[in-house]
Amino acid sequence: MTDSSLVIAGKSFTSRFLLGTGKFKNKKDLSDSITASGSQIVTVALRRIDLERHEENILEHIPSHITLLTNTSGARNAQEAVRIAHLAKASGCGNWVKIEVINDSKYLLPDNQETIKATEILAAEGFVVLPYISPDLYAARALVKAGAATIMPLGSFIGSNQGLKTKEFIQVLINEIDLPIVVDAGIGAPSQAAEAMEMGADAVLVNTAVATAQNPQGLARAFALAVEAGRMAYLSGLPLKLPLGSASSPLTGFLYDELPAN
Amino acid sequence: MHITINGTSQQLISVKNLSEIVSSYCKQSKHVITELNGTIIPSDQWSKTNLQDGDALELVTFVGGG
Repeated sequence: MTDSSLVIAGKSFTSRFLLGTGKFKNKKDLSDSITASGSQIVTVALRRIDLERHEENILEHIPSHITLLTNTSGARNAQEAVRIAHLAKASGCGNWVKIEVINDSKYLLPDNQETIKATEILAAEGFVVLPYISPDLYAARALVKAGAATIMPLGSFIGSNQGLKTKEFIQVLINEIDLPIVVDAGIGAPSQAAEAMEMGADAVLVNTAVATAQNPQGLARAFALAVEAGRMAYLSGLPLKLPLGSASSPLTGFLYDELPAN
Repeated sequence: MHITINGTSQQLISVKNLSEIVSSYCKQSKHVITELNGTIIPSDQWSKTNLQDGDALELVTFVGGG
């Protein structure tokens, strides 16, 4: 079956599985998981350098052909997100930024309003902006207007592995928004990633589930297959759900001419 | 003189430029981003930028993230 590429800001990708690089136990797990995932876009974050502990540079473990997507984690408002995006761009590692504005420490839900403000500013400056939001049609429409390159609605709370709790709202975005929809956050199992793709999501981003698995490399591969399976199912057109049984083999003409009465 | 690096006060014995600071505080300079008193300084300007008493410097780099 032929599939079109995922196109974000004019750049084509054959993989529809984005991988986050946080929480990995060691750099080998990270590196092996990136390879196993087949991901062509991976997310990274920016932090102050620890002056006591000379840490390794994470970018050394990410192959150079991969598109880096720097998130603005740690930003509590639009202004801080813009500052982080500027710092990321100054590194010379591209201008792709995932806007993540969070000022709630309990649920870690993104602030859609501040995200829209940051997207307006950064898109106008020429950044490729991928905003992470709570799935909301009006916020998504505002982001389209602001110049976002994709919309990244959350499936459930970050790092919760709860799957697609916001399924119906993500479906609205898939139906109504004319930008790639990348389901991000909360996806804890390959079946959930497949479900998002079957609904017609354009891509899925996973981090915690892979990074904290017993075998991260194995789960990265499982997610990649699930994303591909879900995509193929979507393109093939899933049949309708029926309320009653519908036989897949003929039930009459062998022992009975008619089905036995109940 | 005293400068603040990443929120911590540091004493410098002699005047140093940004390039020297980055080499002494970071394992490597690749992918290090510097922000001096709120302004990003590109790496090609580091050796021309001398630190002054009371400066606030941020040294930032990439880490894992989702």
